[in-house]
Amino acid sequence: MIYREAGDFSTTYQQDSQTFPIRFDRYRYYAILAVAFLLVPFFINDYWANAILLPFLIYAIAAIGLNILVGYCGQVSLGTGGFMAVGAYACYKLMTSFPDVNIFFHVILAGFVTAGVGVIFGLPSLRIKGFYLAVATLAAQFFLVWMFNKFGWFYNYSASGQINAPERSVFGIVVTGPNTHAWATYLFCLVFCVGAALIARNLTRGTMGRTWMAIRDMDIAAEIIGVNPLKAKMTAFAVSSFFVGVAGALFFSVYLGAVEVTEAFGIQKSFIVLFMIIIGGMGSIFGSFAGAAFIVLLPVFLKNVLVGGFGWATDVAAHLELMILGGLIITFLILEPHGLAAFWKTIKEKLRLWPFPH
Amino acid sequence: MSEMAAEQITADGRRIGPVVMEMKNITLRFGGVVAIQDISFDIREGEIRAIIGPNGAGKSSMLNVISGFYVPSEGEVWYKGARRPAMKPYMVARQGIARTFQNIALFEGMSVLDNVMTGRLTRMNSSMWSQALWKGRAEAEEVANREIAEKVIDFLEIQHIRKTPVARLPYGLKKRVELARALAAEPTILLLDEPMAGMNVEEKEDMSRFILDVNDEFGTTIALIEHDMGVVMDLSDRVVVMDYGKKIGDGTPDEVRNNQAVIDAYLGVAHD
Repeated sequence: MIYREAGDFSTTYQQDSQTFPIRFDRYRYYAILAVAFLLVPFFINDYWANAILLPFLIYAIAAIGLNILVGYCGQVSLGTGGFMAVGAYACYKLMTSFPDVNIFFHVILAGFVTAGVGVIFGLPSLRIKGFYLAVATLAAQFFLVWMFNKFGWFYNYSASGQINAPERSVFGIVVTGPNTHAWATYLFCLVFCVGAALIARNLTRGTMGRTWMAIRDMDIAAEIIGVNPLKAKMTAFAVSSFFVGVAGALFFSVYLGAVEVTEAFGIQKSFIVLFMIIIGGMGSIFGSFAGAAFIVLLPVFLKNVLVGGFGWATDVAAHLELMILGGLIITFLILEPHGLAAFWKTIKEKLRLWPFPH
Repeated sequence: MSEMAAEQITADGRRIGPVVMEMKNITLRFGGVVAIQDISFDIREGEIRAIIGPNGAGKSSMLNVISGFYVPSEGEVWYKGARRPAMKPYMVARQGIARTFQNIALFEGMSVLDNVMTGRLTRMNSSMWSQALWKGRAEAEEVANREIAEKVIDFLEIQHIRKTPVARLPYGLKKRVELARALAAEPTILLLDEPMAGMNVEEKEDMSRFILDVNDEFGTTIALIEHDMGVVMDLSDRVVVMDYGKKIGDGTPDEVRNNQAVIDAYLGVAHD
């Protein structure tokens, strides 16, 4: 009743393979887009933007990127933080070297730079798999962070070793630097996030996605039916790193504004994004969003409840937050090992029949 | 080359075309173990060719050589009148050779439809940019190939499980889906590695019917390995018999059945 698909028929293959084949899903998706683009910008304030919405959107892009590599192509990566740093530093160098070019293109170019770096560090995946590949990408993480600290060229020899985003605008509206408005940064990130989700969905529902999933599920069989493993894995690394790089560029330029690489893009970033896709659901675009929301929102929620609701001291709450978060993640993974996306799917199957399950 | 062009007509009136693949003195060694020893045989267009033999005779190794998974230590593989150089398995697949596996090798995380569509991957070459936007070539290609995949799904009668994840299917259906994936590639030669292993009589009958239908309707050349003698003798036009890596017999089912070496290999022979 709530969730109706009776009378909803696909008459062409195009209709059958669209992103939301069920009309109800489609309308909900349009509604969410409308709220996100038309309503939220009018009510957003600095707290909401900086504590919740910006990190959510940016982490969602990174999670989509990592999900393509790990969830769809089955290549484990622990180098996400390093690749985000590549995006950030590429964006910084582009912003300072070509100040006249629109920041929008810089972010996209930073994604392409990261894609190239990702392909180079993805080359070992041709010979090694699983945990061993994870270790190889871990090496990428440490190497990249070391490199951005070591060579002054990357941070324009600034005394602090930090990179600072100069003020840049899109259509005359400032989106980076200290004088931004919450709604402008939010919309800027939202555009990238929606674009990333659409592209990722299109790639994964077609030829490329099937190639990746074939490699993930059984690489020998994939090769026997004509998949070139080199091409499949390298495209996965490239596309994945592209999104991760875009996320890194936004994280630096729009969200933080000033970045010290070890602090902002350390190994912890790699783990956080990996947790997001594990909790959200491997091999699911929706899962990337759900996981990002879970990891970003839960600490904020807990803090509000513990400090705001119970009136506890901030330091006690901060420690408890970590414990509760860890406990919840473990509980959740035991109850639903395939993540929030699988949980959502179960709910949908139940809702299809509700209230007459027989 | 007069022999190659010759068209044979079998006892039951089936037309068998010229030689499409020829194995010339194939030897395959793994270190000191000789899996295949100096075997030659050919596969003709449109026929059903069986490779039989006791366990460990080297049948699967032979199939792996044909599908490019192993490179023979000695000998040559001739395909469509030209010597096939050593190449990666995915290149062999692109030349029109598809196969199924003894232990089902489906993509468990994907739906039946997606699995069958992977069989079309070699025919799909729209650019990544077009796919990213789901416009133009990518969409047209998806629909065109979906039509072919759906035809195969219809043919093998698996429409009802189209959207089911493969991991949920029973064994018999998985075997059929694997055949569908191989067929979707519209191969010149279809290699079947024990298509009826582990099936009950009814499932075996179904599978036999599908194999015959495929051969009949699409004219696909089929090379298969099978243990069930009754099935092999009924289905195939010609049979190669292997034992301990050597060829001990080659010919029509009747010829093979009466071949003394074959009888000895299967029933054993007294050593005195």
